Amino acid sequence: MTAVTSAAGPTAGSASAAASPVGRTIARANSDRAGALIGYLPVGFPTLAGSIDAAVALVENGVDVLELGLPYTDPVMDGPVIQRATQTALENGFRLRDAFTAVEAIRARVDAPILLMTYYNPIVQYGIDRFADDLVSAGGAGLITPDLTVDSGAEWLATSDRTGLDRVFLTAPTSTSERLKLAVDHSRGFVYVVSTMGVTGARGDVDSAARTLVDRLREVGASTSTASACVGIGISTGDQVAEVLAYADGAIVGSALVRALSEHGVAGVARVAAELAAGTRR
Amino acid sequence: MTTHLRDEQGPFFGEFGGRFMPESLIAALDEISAAYDEAKNDPSFAAELAALHRTYTGRPSIITEAPRFAEHAGGARIILKREDLNHTGSHKINNVLGQALLAQRLGKTRLIAETGAGQHGVATATAAALFGMSCVVYMGEVDTERQALNVARMRLLGAEVVSVTTGTRTLKDALNEAFRDWVANVEDTHYLLGTVAGPHPFPVMVRDFHKVIGEEAREQVLALTGALPTAVVACVGGGSNAIGIFHAFLDDPDVELYGYEAAGDGVDTDRHAATISRGRPGVLHGSRSLMLQDADGQTSDSHSISAGLDYPGVGPEHAWLSSIGRATYLPITDAEAMNAFRLLCVTEGIIPAIESAHALAGALDLGKRLGPGATILINLSGRGDKDVETAGRYFGVLDEAALVATELDAIEADEAEGVQR
Repeated sequence: MTAVTSAAGPTAGSASAAASPVGRTIARANSDRAGALIGYLPVGFPTLAGSIDAAVALVENGVDVLELGLPYTDPVMDGPVIQRATQTALENGFRLRDAFTAVEAIRARVDAPILLMTYYNPIVQYGIDRFADDLVSAGGAGLITPDLTVDSGAEWLATSDRTGLDRVFLTAPTSTSERLKLAVDHSRGFVYVVSTMGVTGARGDVDSAARTLVDRLREVGASTSTASACVGIGISTGDQVAEVLAYADGAIVGSALVRALSEHGVAGVARVAAELAAGTRR
Repeated sequence: MTTHLRDEQGPFFGEFGGRFMPESLIAALDEISAAYDEAKNDPSFAAELAALHRTYTGRPSIITEAPRFAEHAGGARIILKREDLNHTGSHKINNVLGQALLAQRLGKTRLIAETGAGQHGVATATAAALFGMSCVVYMGEVDTERQALNVARMRLLGAEVVSVTTGTRTLKDALNEAFRDWVANVEDTHYLLGTVAGPHPFPVMVRDFHKVIGEEAREQVLALTGALPTAVVACVGGGSNAIGIFHAFLDDPDVELYGYEAAGDGVDTDRHAATISRGRPGVLHGSRSLMLQDADGQTSDSHSISAGLDYPGVGPEHAWLSSIGRATYLPITDAEAMNAFRLLCVTEGIIPAIESAHALAGALDLGKRLGPGATILINLSGRGDKDVETAGRYFGVLDEAALVATELDAIEADEAEGVQR
């Protein structure tokens, strides 16, 4: 692909870290504790109200940054736990506009920055500019885009520059150094470190590939003062959070929280969040 | 037309195409792109593939004139390109052998594939056996039920068939599951995508492996009739057989191109798979194209009696050819396709795949419009062995011998009465 340079545009993420609420939150967590805990839950699961209560419970139990997933019919990066939850949300009538309702309601109750994790087509259909404006109005911080890379993301780069929204791009163990730099330079808030080659879901061990990838990201400029390196996929325990935060700026947990919410409701997800958050204080 | 439409190499065709994929797969896509570019310029690759097609696939596939079928098509001359006679029973083997050779060059030892009707899965399982690779085929649970015979064929060939139970449990969900497998196993695994959709380079690469269909047919029709055909027609799901036969004719402006999409119960119902007729631009499975979706960009359920056309997206090159008016895409209902299916059986002694029957149905209408003197080249993309049970149930002949003469009499009686079939 040759669109890289034109897509890159005038701004690089590094100058903007201080202006990003997510970036500031992660930096603060790294000076106060071992690092930041980022918690994922899908909007609309088990219900819209239930997902709002669960997200609030995450923050009240030590989650620093919320990642709210927007249910989508074809989630190629998600494993079975999250697929089941988002499919339930869709069957219950989830609409994109529910994301803004959720962001606004959560922000009214707790003070944590909220990123939306969304596949690309829903925001294309909503209108990227309109979606961004509505997200700003709701008090959201930005987007994590699992199927949109920097070189294919010219429109989102322009819109996020205009609105100041954070944009979190993914990096993988197979990414070339050139592509790692592209992601670091254009991510704002943090850069998502995909710990292992696979889809979302709890794993016994967090791949050693994650540590190597974080080292490689550091070499191309990732830091809490530019774009933090936060590791996701496979993390499900406080011990794993602590282990990851020994080398990364943040740990992202999804499936373990979704499973707790499925099986034990808001109280269950609160317990798991607290256990995970303990890993940030070791 | 002054431009050379055949020269398009992606990643974009007009506003369609591109690569909207998780970062985890970008390195693999770049690796395939580079390997394919190298292979394209390597005469030994072309020679190896051509030898396989000659000695294994059975290429060139023949053309067959269908005069008794043509009597029902307004008197137009009807010529069938017999991809149904290829080893494994459809055009799918063309692309599969090309990609399998490429995978071998890349040192991959495992092939994965999605399949709808099972034709692509069977072809991939075949190539895996031939090349000594392991093979996993993802197939929607709904499709494993309606194409049980092909599931058995894949297993006989040594492949593992995974029944996909997520989402709508059809072809699109099989693609999702194949992508998930690929993300986790990209080191030793090649995702042998079976149509001209997906992220770059698949739409271009799969097209290139299938364009032999049109290149052969163009020469064969010229030799038979002394002229290019008036129209070239094919069924369109993802669009691989259609682009395969269209491509050689793209820069012949007098040759009309028609793609027939599955209209299921009808394009004005909510049960169809007519992506170009009724879809909007969007991003699905890694490329921007037309797709069936709701206002929120959630992919809509598609429906077709033919599992191979039951896909809510379409290859980006087709969306582009439609947008510039070079090819015309029209809907064919289940009922129209099944009637054309039956007609080909009883007039020509050829049982087509239900997918291909959509092209046959389109040609019946088109022939009546073009009239005598027109020549219509139809890509008969697959054979109907796999569909015998579905068709047998549809026509109520599963439990007793079909009364062929009665069948034909019934069709002719319907036509005499002007009955809309």
